[in-house]
Amino acid sequence: MNIATFTSKKFLVPGLLILVLIVLATLPLYGSRFLGMSSRDLYLAGIVLMYSALGVSWAMFSGSTGYLSLGTAAFFGVGIYTTALMREILPLGVIIVASALASFLIALLVGLVTLRLKGIFFAIFTFGLVMLIGQVVRYYEIVVQGRRGISVVPTGYNNFYFLMLGLVVVTLLAIYFIRRSRLGLSMLSIGGNEEAAAHMGINTTMVKVTTFAISATFMGAAGAVYATRMIYVDPGLIFHMSNSFTPVLMAIFGGVGHLFGPVIGATVFTLLENWLSQVVPYYYPIIFGVILIIVILYLPGGLVGLIPNLRNRLGEAVAKLRKGGQGEQSANT
Amino acid sequence: MIEELPSLLLRGLVLGGIYALIAMGLNIQYGVGRVFNIAHGEFLMLGAMLTVSVYVGAGIDPLGSLAITGPFLFIIGFIIYRTIFTSLKKRAPSPAAFEGSSLLIAFGFIFIIQNAALLIFGGRGSRRIDYLNFPIEIAGTIFRTNQVVALAVAVVVGVVFYIFITRSRLGKAIRAAAQDPATAGLMGVNINLVLAICFGLGALLAGFAGSLISTYQGVSELMGLNYAITAIVVMVLGGLGSIPGSFIGGILIGIVTSIVTYYESALVLPAYYALFLIVLLVKPQGLLGKK
Repeated sequence: MNIATFTSKKFLVPGLLILVLIVLATLPLYGSRFLGMSSRDLYLAGIVLMYSALGVSWAMFSGSTGYLSLGTAAFFGVGIYTTALMREILPLGVIIVASALASFLIALLVGLVTLRLKGIFFAIFTFGLVMLIGQVVRYYEIVVQGRRGISVVPTGYNNFYFLMLGLVVVTLLAIYFIRRSRLGLSMLSIGGNEEAAAHMGINTTMVKVTTFAISATFMGAAGAVYATRMIYVDPGLIFHMSNSFTPVLMAIFGGVGHLFGPVIGATVFTLLENWLSQVVPYYYPIIFGVILIIVILYLPGGLVGLIPNLRNRLGEAVAKLRKGGQGEQSANT
Repeated sequence: MIEELPSLLLRGLVLGGIYALIAMGLNIQYGVGRVFNIAHGEFLMLGAMLTVSVYVGAGIDPLGSLAITGPFLFIIGFIIYRTIFTSLKKRAPSPAAFEGSSLLIAFGFIFIIQNAALLIFGGRGSRRIDYLNFPIEIAGTIFRTNQVVALAVAVVVGVVFYIFITRSRLGKAIRAAAQDPATAGLMGVNINLVLAICFGLGALLAGFAGSLISTYQGVSELMGLNYAITAIVVMVLGGLGSIPGSFIGGILIGIVTSIVTYYESALVLPAYYALFLIVLLVKPQGLLGKK
C-alpha cells in the first residue's frame, strides 16, 4: 500500500463520504458539549436531513424524467398521517415501513392514471392531488369526526435526527443504484426524448410509474420520521403546497444533475432561511423569493453546477500530491 | 331542489362572473405567454388591497378605483415579464423547460408580493368596506346589490376584453403570438413586447377582479392563493388558451359552488378539486380548448 492507493479517486470519494457520515452520526454525542449545539440546533440538522431526503427522492423521478412533480406534499403528508394514526398501536419501525408502503401504493395508483399526461398537465395534476387529499382529509375530520387535526406526543430530538440521517443514507444509496441500473438509464432516455425511448423498446409507462412510486416511498418514510417530532397534525398545514414546492426548489438550488445536489441545496437553503428569519424576520420571505428567482434564472445547474471548476482545481492538487508521493517512492527504492 | 334551482343558478352566475374574469387573466398569461402564473392571485390581492386603501384613505369609489388598480397592475405585470420572463425565455433550452421554470419563478413571486403587501398594508387581517350594501330582488331571489354590480362590471370587462382580442390590431398580434410565435415574429410582430403586454393584461384583469371582490367581501394580504387555485381550476376546465372557455368555465364553477354549498358547504373545495382532476384526466384540453 502506498499513498497513491489512498489518494486515487476510487478510494478518496467513498472514504470521504464515510468520514462525513461518521462525523454526522456522532454529532449528538459531541454537538452539545463541544460545539454548543442546543436541542433546537439538532432539530434543525434533522430538518436539513429531511429536506435532503425529500429533495433526493424528488430528483430520483423528476430530475431524470423531466416530469415536474408537485406531489411531494401528498406523499409526505400520507406518511405523516399514517404515523400519527398508528403511533399508539405499533412500534416505530413498523410504522415507518407502513407509511412508506402507503405512499408507494398511492403513488402507484396516481401514476397509473396520470402519467400519460404530458408536460405542464402532469405538474398541475400532482398539484391538484395535494389539494384534493388535503381537502378530503379535512372534510372527513371536521364533518365526520367532528374535530380537526390529531394531537400526538413527540419523541426525542436524538431519535428524530438519527432516523432522518438513516433515511437520507438509504435514499442516496437507492438513487445511486437506480441511476446505474437499466431503470435509471431508461428514465434518462425518457427525459431526453420520450418518443425515441418508446421506439427503442422501453416500456415508458412502466418505467415512469415504477420510479414515481419508488420516489414516493421515500417521501412517505420522511413524513413518518417527521411525524415523530410533531405535536399537532393539521391537514391544512401538511397538505400545503409549500411542502411540495420547497423540496423542489432546494433540489434545483443545489443541482438536480448530481447525486448530492439536493443535499447541498437543502443544507444551504435551510440554514440560510433559518439565519435570515432571525436577522431580518420581516423581510426574509421577500429575500427568499428573490434568491429563488435568481437561482432558477442564473443557476440552472444549481450550486453543484459551480463545482466542476472547483473540482478541477482540487483534482490538480491531488494529482500533484500523487506525483510527489510516487517520486518519493521511486527515490526510496 | 327543483324549486330552488333558478335561485341557485343565479347565485352561481354571480360567483362565476368574477371567477371567469380571474381565469381569463390567467389564461392570457398562460395561453399566450406560456407562464403558468401561480402568483396570479397575488395580483388580485394587490387590486383588492389597493381599492380598500384608496376607499378608506381618500374616499375614492371602489368602481372608480378600477382606473387606478388597472394601470398599476398592468405596469407591474409588464415589468415583471420584461425583466424576468423575457430573460428566462432566452435561457430556457426548450418551451417545456420554460414552462416548468416559469411556474417555479411565479412561486417565488408569491413570497415577494405577499410579504411586500404585508409590509405596505400593515397586515391588519381581513378588511371590509361598506359599499352598496343593501338587498335587491331579481327574479324572486334576494341578492346584495354590490354583488350584482360586481357581476355586471365583470361581464362588461370580459366582453370588452374579448372584443379587444378578436377585433383590434394588437389583439390580432396577441392571437398570432399564441398560435405560432416564430411565424408571428417573422410577420413583424414584436413578440417579446406582445408577450409582456399579455402578462400585463392578465395582471390587470386580476386587479379588476380583486377590486370587484373587495366591494362585497372582506379582503386580506393572504387571500391570493385561493383565488389563484380557483383560476387554475376554471382555466383547465374551460380549456387552456380559450377565452370563451374560461368564461364558460367560470360560470360553471360558480354554479357548481352554489349547488354544492346548498347541500354541504364543507364539500365545495373537495368538489372543485375532484372536478379539476376528472377534467384533466378525461379531457385535458378542457371544454373548449384546442388539442
